[in-house]
Amino acid sequence: MAQPRADAPSKIILEGSDLSRVVDRIAHQILEKTSGATGTVLLGIPTRGVPLAHRLAARIHAFEGVDVPVGSLDITLYRDDLRLQATRALGKTELPPGGIDGLRVILVDDVLFSGRSVRAALDALKDLGRPSSVQLAVLVDRGHRQLPIRADYVGKNIPTALSESVKVTLTEIDGADEVKLIGGLQ
Amino acid sequence: MIKHLRSAADLDAATATLILDTAAEMAALSGREVKKLPALRGRTVVNLFYEDSTRTRISFEAAAKRLSADVINFSAKGSSVSKGESLKDTALTLQAMGADAVVIRHPASGAPHRLANWVEGSVVNAGDGTHEHPTQALLDAYTMRSRLGRLDGLRVAIVGDVLHSRVARSNVLLLTTLGAQVTVVGPPTLIPLNVAAALSASTKVSYDLDSVIPDSDVVMMLRVQTERMQDSYFPSSREYSRRYGLDLRRMKQMQEHAIVMHPGPMNRGMEIAPEVADSPRSTIVEQVANGVSVRMAVLYLLLGGK
Repeated sequence: MAQPRADAPSKIILEGSDLSRVVDRIAHQILEKTSGATGTVLLGIPTRGVPLAHRLAARIHAFEGVDVPVGSLDITLYRDDLRLQATRALGKTELPPGGIDGLRVILVDDVLFSGRSVRAALDALKDLGRPSSVQLAVLVDRGHRQLPIRADYVGKNIPTALSESVKVTLTEIDGADEVKLIGGLQ
Repeated sequence: MIKHLRSAADLDAATATLILDTAAEMAALSGREVKKLPALRGRTVVNLFYEDSTRTRISFEAAAKRLSADVINFSAKGSSVSKGESLKDTALTLQAMGADAVVIRHPASGAPHRLANWVEGSVVNAGDGTHEHPTQALLDAYTMRSRLGRLDGLRVAIVGDVLHSRVARSNVLLLTTLGAQVTVVGPPTLIPLNVAAALSASTKVSYDLDSVIPDSDVVMMLRVQTERMQDSYFPSSREYSRRYGLDLRRMKQMQEHAIVMHPGPMNRGMEIAPEVADSPRSTIVEQVANGVSVRMAVLYLLLGGK
């Protein structure tokens, strides 16, 4: 997929406290849908899914005092386009001490697009254990799915053209919270 | 990323660090239920061993299998090599079979360089003559980093038959690239005449082990190659052992945090005392375990991408 040029016009969709409110809402929805987030593990997909998973856990703790274990799940070696690109560096895979067997795993990622990352994550998960169920939480759903995959929790649906790209930055990694739509004409 | 790993000198600091970081992620695999990753599915790795080897061959085989590659083991014994087939003809056979990577150990220095001209896949040097053994150096560097937390500024003594040791040469090259200060120690007959030319300009030389030990963070003992005992590089094994062997008395001179390494196979009681080899300072067993992770990282980085 062609990347928009660096000088392409961009539009800010979410920033600062808007993004925090979206995270808060997802945290509430998780509590609601999982009856208090018991038996649940949050697994962030590197890079930006990991801080998002930690934020969700912190908010869930703030709302209901429940401690949800957080981990990270690197999907690099499970990607179906591994051979099509130059070798990638690996991210961290870290499961919480209690593992994932018999638990509800919620995968956390920043942007849901083709669905291929999620498929890779499901493949990676099956080598790590057997969760009782798997759900998906994303900050942004930009459409254009190429696989039969949908998210259980969506922060924001952003209708996009294929020529556009969605850029998420987070304070923990990039210094500021922002969701930007780059390219195309809005 | 580089295409072949023929020499530790192929690696700059960034690439070497990437391999060590990748190895750290690969190491996490050993604690998992399914010790397998799909990264090299459908790729073929040939282990081409013209010399006897236990740990290196098994280590490469385990690494390739954990990455889901198909592994073909070839040892010179029991193959057409014993009928006189040349390295080139063997290479062309492998090429025709579509090997994506060839891991080669060969008694002739430079064999991997020749091989790289004949096959399209990646060539990984698993030890060539008295030249190099780069994956051993990588796993040693990995072990030092995981035990001591850093490589930059580390003082490493490499002790023994430096002249004939491919492990020593690769280690000097790699450790120097990564910022460590290496001192080679041994009898004058077993140290290259011009260390700066043979190894690296910043390498120090000492003929007195006792003076080096208290200043070292790492003491790496090399195997005394008993096949060279007849060549009178030193008067007797007892004299060698007394002057250059690591025994309990010498180990006590080491700093609190310092570690003892050995690439194996060991001659217990010769270059290293059994009590030293089995002490908590010794990383010998760790080195073997780390070897698999490091070789996984090398194979993934050479073969995983486009």
